Amino acid sequence: MVEKVLVANRGEVAVRVVRALRELGIGSVAVYSEPDAGAPHARLADEAHPIGPGPAAESYLDARTLVDVALRTGCDAVHPGYGFLSENAAFAERCAAAGLAFVGPSPEVIEAMGSKTRAREIVSRLGIPVVPGSEGPVGSARYAADEAERIGYPVAVKASGGGGGMGFRVAASPDDLEAALEAVRAEGTRFFGDPAVYLERYFEDPRHVEVQVLGDGEGAVVHLGERDCTVQRRHQKLVEEAPAPTVGTLLRARLGEQAVRIARHIGYTSAGTVEGLLVGDDFYFLEMNTRLQVEHPVTEMTTGVDLVAEQLRIASGLPLTVRQEDVTIRGSAIECRINAEAAHRGFIPSPRTVTAYREPEGEGVRVDSGVALGYAVPSFYDSLLAKLIVWHESREAATERMLEALDDFELEGPDTLIPFHRHLLRSRQWRAGGTARDLLGDRTWLKSTAGAAARAR
Amino acid sequence: MQEIRAPITGSMWKILVAPGDAVAEGDEVAIIESMKLEIPVETDDDGTVARIHVAEGDAVSEGQLLLELDE
Repeated sequence: MVEKVLVANRGEVAVRVVRALRELGIGSVAVYSEPDAGAPHARLADEAHPIGPGPAAESYLDARTLVDVALRTGCDAVHPGYGFLSENAAFAERCAAAGLAFVGPSPEVIEAMGSKTRAREIVSRLGIPVVPGSEGPVGSARYAADEAERIGYPVAVKASGGGGGMGFRVAASPDDLEAALEAVRAEGTRFFGDPAVYLERYFEDPRHVEVQVLGDGEGAVVHLGERDCTVQRRHQKLVEEAPAPTVGTLLRARLGEQAVRIARHIGYTSAGTVEGLLVGDDFYFLEMNTRLQVEHPVTEMTTGVDLVAEQLRIASGLPLTVRQEDVTIRGSAIECRINAEAAHRGFIPSPRTVTAYREPEGEGVRVDSGVALGYAVPSFYDSLLAKLIVWHESREAATERMLEALDDFELEGPDTLIPFHRHLLRSRQWRAGGTARDLLGDRTWLKSTAGAAARAR
Repeated sequence: MQEIRAPITGSMWKILVAPGDAVAEGDEVAIIESMKLEIPVETDDDGTVARIHVAEGDAVSEGQLLLELDE
């Protein structure tokens, strides 16, 4: 087993990884930027080292400094968490070159799946449906128009290097296409240094479903069922659940088999996720995320498999602890992202100091948090403060448990999504297992989620 | 004199006006980058930009005075 791991991340995921390391008796080294001095992840780890000022490019994205700290502190592995350098093949390579085990797949696999156009090619060659789209990037506006006609409107215009809701526009008709192309090219250049864009069919009300896989790099690959992450804003997930409310046993087996086939084909190592759109019973591949995901706890709660512990074992060259026939999905788990955002004001972020903090507790309740009382939430990073995860025997019971836990979650200072989640989980749409897309796009409804009224039962 | 203050803590990404510019209610006068988003700063009133107290790239705190308008 690896003996000492540098956690190249911050916030709740860094806390999550440090916790796993402590449980396994593995040494932990945290890193922090100037505004994160004294942050929970840095306090929890065995050691914590400063790596630079607030902007991520000068701290959490500084590959050289991270590897230097890992070597200087005698680490033998690096866990990248999610975001930042977690899907950066050059970073994985740099770690390997320094003799550090990278907790994730090989640089080649990260590279192959990191390019969405390449990933689509690989997957469609396996006979697995992908969302109908352009053959690779669309260079000229004229070629784009031809491809859009072939795919059929409405068409989604996406940046090849994009993700997290950046670099994405919908063209409802040929009239909108050119403006969408220009906007996405500009965003792609600005945020990802890559102006390449591609086109995809845009579905009106699909479900976003993804399958968790684990591979040991020696040919063993298992899937741990699916998650439904349909509730999103600006194409970023807000609520996730397992199992998906519209996926039955047969469909689960098919989705799982496809995900395993993809992972096996590319020689996948570590934890990964095959993401797609579900339209009725038809699954269309979107992308594969070659890292731990924010929403991994709902899979842990329904399968009993500790995904971070598995990742660390795999990075140590050990086999998986689970075989496919041992995987059972039990009960229902829901995760609410507690972002520093005001849903009632168009999800505007709220980087302020935490002035009151108390986590809910109890059976089937888990909190993965990166904040504590007195922590000044920096404005340099994304708005995820904590995740509230609950488990219960059924989706209905889990929903009730979540509502109670949300009421017991005291977090003051920043605006948070707690009031939003209280409203959402009481909605007819959520209870019926609907996509709630209408609510997320309804300004009046979003305004009604503001603080005080939400407390009334 | 009307004061325009930062609606949010972040970094001043763009200042879209210069002293002497006429602005109308609801105009975007600056953009703050915060939590990986661009947050527009808008005026509440018509006026002329009198003074700008920040520069692009500066860190700004919620409530900080950014610019002043003459009415």
